[in-house]
Amino acid sequence: MTDFLLELRSEEIPARMQAGARADLEKLFRKELAAAGVEPGEVTVWSTPRRLALIARDLPAATQAVREETKGPAVGAPAQALEGFLRKAGLTQDQLEVRDLKGKPTYFAAVEKPGRAVSQVLAQAIPAIVRAFPWPKSMRWGAASITTESTRWVRPLSGIVAIFGEELVVCEAGGVESGYATLGHRFHHPGPITIGGAHDYADKLRACHVIVSHEERQDIVRMGAAEVATLGGLTLVEDEGLVVENAGLTEWPVPLLGRFDEAFLEVPPEVIQLTARVNQKYFVCEQGGKLANAFVCTANIEASDGGDAIVAGNRKVLAARLSDARFFWDTDRKTTLAEQAKKLERITFHEKLGTVADKVERVAKLARWLVEEGIVTSDIDNPRRPREGGDPASSLPLAAQQESGGPAFAGATREELADMAEQAARLCKADLVTEMVGEFPELQGLMGGYYARAEGLPEAVADAIRDHYKPVGQGDEVPTAPVTVAVSLADKLDTLFGFFAIDQAPTGSKDPYALRRAALGIVRTLQSNIVRLPFVRLVEQAYSTFAFNSERRWYLYHVRSSQSGRGFHPASAQVMFENRGAAFWLFDKLPSDDAFQVPYNDAQLEAFSTARFGALPIVERDLLDFFADRLKVQQREAGVRHDLIDAVFALGGEDDLVRLLARVHALQAFVGTEDGANLLAGYKRAANILKKEDWLGIEGEIARTGEEDPLAGVDDPDLAPVIAAKMAERHGAERNYTPEPAEQALVDALAVAAPRAEQAVAAEDFAGAMAALASLRAPIDAFFDSVTVNDADPAKRNARLALLDQFRAAVHNVADFSRIEG
Amino acid sequence: MILTLHSFWSRQGCLILQPYDMRMGAGTFHPATTLRALGPEPWKAAYVQPSRRPTDGRYGENPNRLQHYYQYQVILKPNPANLQELYLASLAAIGVDPLAHDIRFVEDDWESPTLGAWGLGWEVWCDGMEVTQFTYFQQIGGYDCKPVAGELTYGLERLAMYIQGVDRVYDLRFNDQGVSYGDVFLANEQELSKYNFEIADTEQLFTGFRHAEAEAVRCIEAGIPLAAYDQAIEASHLFNLLQARGVISVQERASYIGRVRDLAKGSCEAWIKKNEARWASDYAGWTV
Repeated sequence: MTDFLLELRSEEIPARMQAGARADLEKLFRKELAAAGVEPGEVTVWSTPRRLALIARDLPAATQAVREETKGPAVGAPAQALEGFLRKAGLTQDQLEVRDLKGKPTYFAAVEKPGRAVSQVLAQAIPAIVRAFPWPKSMRWGAASITTESTRWVRPLSGIVAIFGEELVVCEAGGVESGYATLGHRFHHPGPITIGGAHDYADKLRACHVIVSHEERQDIVRMGAAEVATLGGLTLVEDEGLVVENAGLTEWPVPLLGRFDEAFLEVPPEVIQLTARVNQKYFVCEQGGKLANAFVCTANIEASDGGDAIVAGNRKVLAARLSDARFFWDTDRKTTLAEQAKKLERITFHEKLGTVADKVERVAKLARWLVEEGIVTSDIDNPRRPREGGDPASSLPLAAQQESGGPAFAGATREELADMAEQAARLCKADLVTEMVGEFPELQGLMGGYYARAEGLPEAVADAIRDHYKPVGQGDEVPTAPVTVAVSLADKLDTLFGFFAIDQAPTGSKDPYALRRAALGIVRTLQSNIVRLPFVRLVEQAYSTFAFNSERRWYLYHVRSSQSGRGFHPASAQVMFENRGAAFWLFDKLPSDDAFQVPYNDAQLEAFSTARFGALPIVERDLLDFFADRLKVQQREAGVRHDLIDAVFALGGEDDLVRLLARVHALQAFVGTEDGANLLAGYKRAANILKKEDWLGIEGEIARTGEEDPLAGVDDPDLAPVIAAKMAERHGAERNYTPEPAEQALVDALAVAAPRAEQAVAAEDFAGAMAALASLRAPIDAFFDSVTVNDADPAKRNARLALLDQFRAAVHNVADFSRIEG
Repeated sequence: MILTLHSFWSRQGCLILQPYDMRMGAGTFHPATTLRALGPEPWKAAYVQPSRRPTDGRYGENPNRLQHYYQYQVILKPNPANLQELYLASLAAIGVDPLAHDIRFVEDDWESPTLGAWGLGWEVWCDGMEVTQFTYFQQIGGYDCKPVAGELTYGLERLAMYIQGVDRVYDLRFNDQGVSYGDVFLANEQELSKYNFEIADTEQLFTGFRHAEAEAVRCIEAGIPLAAYDQAIEASHLFNLLQARGVISVQERASYIGRVRDLAKGSCEAWIKKNEARWASDYAGWTV
């Protein structure tokens, strides 16, 4: 058994691509070997900025000899068939074997394929791996690139070491021939070094200042950075992304601590950390829980002066970066957010949804509405209110919650809250046009919060501006302050509504506007704050806000074009309208020119637009379905059985997420009990009988008249007495016999349980509703045990089917049990 | 420093050229790079190019950001296999010790939307500061580079700051008689930052842009790509000024970039058309 070493050396490989490249190298290598029937032992892959390396242990010297057999024609088959077979196999007739196949003598061709030397297999595999390598971005280079057919690699490929045992695997790829020589550290050891094989590769490189194992370099960066920080009396702010990146940028990492001018600490700490990390790949440090004026950079050399010049140089660069950041910080604060917000008219939100200023206008109205309607109230962040699971805040001790919560809102009136929500909404996107966010888009929201505080806006408004994008990811915290909740919900809802209205709902894996995340954010915010949101009303509100906003734009455009004497030309207006964005799908529903001569006031416009939008029902349905799907996904991930979610959703008509989830959770608890399981079995049996008997209810006979509309005659005055008589007969006939005891018991139990379950549901006491249903378990079991439903007497049969139907209806108070599995 | 680089690259067979006499954002815009990078003919050149970046102006207040600075540009087609080693040798020649300073090649793929060009390469860091852009051109003006050219763009001021050990660009010693970079350029930075951000007459800039655009189109039609390309350079700079003045909205921005790119592409196309027959006959197997 022999070990194999492969090193593909190139000019510097981007740090972010190295992990993927290692995985691809191993995958391609295994694939090539598997194709030749070779099974390697342990395979190790390493990367540095200048090389990808692979060591495969315990390879055989040669592949197994293979005997391939092919069946030919039967003996005595036409001569042409035999000739064709011989031609294809490249044999003569005397080389064939004759064997018995199901009683027929048949020709067989057997070809012995001798084993191949594995070094040959490798020599062919290496160029194939280079050719097939899936770099995210690759390039051509050098004189060979005079055609576009030349080899591609991430950067110019400059060397191949391929040693099988101690034997060179001779091959060529991308104009580079394999050899024993590689290069050590670019500066510490510029000359070539000769590798003996897999056994001495890592050690020889280490002697030449190259640590070939990326994991070892990561350890050095991780621990070394923490160590230099500690030596400086500081605590390193850990950042595993930076560890991996710096290990991918160095062959001989040396973490160094540097300081920057304390005066820069006036800039928000997030800005300092971001510019240090993103632009310079530095770690930052803390002292006493606060950001310190220090950084840790990772050099690639053991500097001759111990690193003083390197630290000084890096300090200078960081100073220039921070100086820029401070320039932005100072410049931005000279302008109020309200002033900045005016510039949002220049930024397109989406070509069909208008500018960001349009969006802000809509969000402000919606946020205000949420408060005015009492949907978002000042006590939503009261920590004593029970919270649904999933909110990290709920696990905090009460004191901590109160601290982070909002005693500030305790005395706020609804009107004050509405004012703050509107104000925060109007300013929440203003930081998009600030210099700082232009430079660091990641800081959107956060900077707005800083600037709001700096100009003395209320804390609640500043917090809402800062946090209104939350929750961003699954682990992100959910807003709890009422003003923030209002703005956050309004912003996400407007986005969802807008994109659904222009038919840009996510499809498959494509969700370019992150609508799933927005919907989930809304769901989580509602859940953890127990906000009771009448969904349909909310969508309607988003819709009318949207419609009004579009309408007014249109109207203003018209007025302006009239005033400028350009007159009104529908054709050019349409072009203009499409270019300007806004909802042009509304265009063909606009009134004639004359109607627009009337200067509308806001109220008229609103009524006007709402009346003429046609798409609401569709958008509303799609959007509710979308939310339902998000909720199902979320609950499934949280461990709730999807069939139980379906069972509750199937009832329909439910648009209050909080109530809906309470019901699902109660159901999950119930079906887990013995009562629940047995009741479910009883329900299924009842439902099956009803289905088998094609039972359509007491009025079934009327429904089965074959008329197009079976109830067409119901309101006909001439028929009324006839129908009334018929119904009286049926109901009167309900139990004109003596019911059996089990039957009567079920009737009695239903008479108690059904109204009780109904009342409990109305009171949102779902556990109570389940308990009421549980009382039906014994009677339904007994009923099935001793009563024959399909009695020869049609009166008995009908009455019993009706009874089962009542039972089913009672269960449906809680959930559609037919959707439950098991 | 410039003289050292000239003599270094001259020894590598580069033609030593002079700056192009037009305002441009980077040495890459010089026709000796953009146009010469197209086609199969070997080409090696080195030159200094003053570069204007109106939006980078900081009124002389930032220690190393300038709206006008100098780039040293080297173009080698096809790129030699040892281009990285040559580059590092040139750094050593101007006095950067790679065992005292941390030199690093950090991924930075270059793309110029206004030139319709892209390449892969790095920004070269010296102690964390980008001192050079190192690029293997893959496409220019929308055409594949056959063969690929290697381009080096040195930031002369930044390198000088390392060599002289100063923190602010304005503190660089321009000579041995006490004249600093600031003595020569600080007032320019202050005044031109003001001009670029506040004063420049935007109507005139828009007019100038349209004029350059029209001229470029006429030149392309007349089959004089070098003249057309001059107008593309002009349009590109006027666009940069308009950006600095903040009068181009986000939506319009894309459309302006597209217009400049059309001019640059048109010039490249005309340049290729004019030469392709000769190239194809001189270099067997070469095609556009």
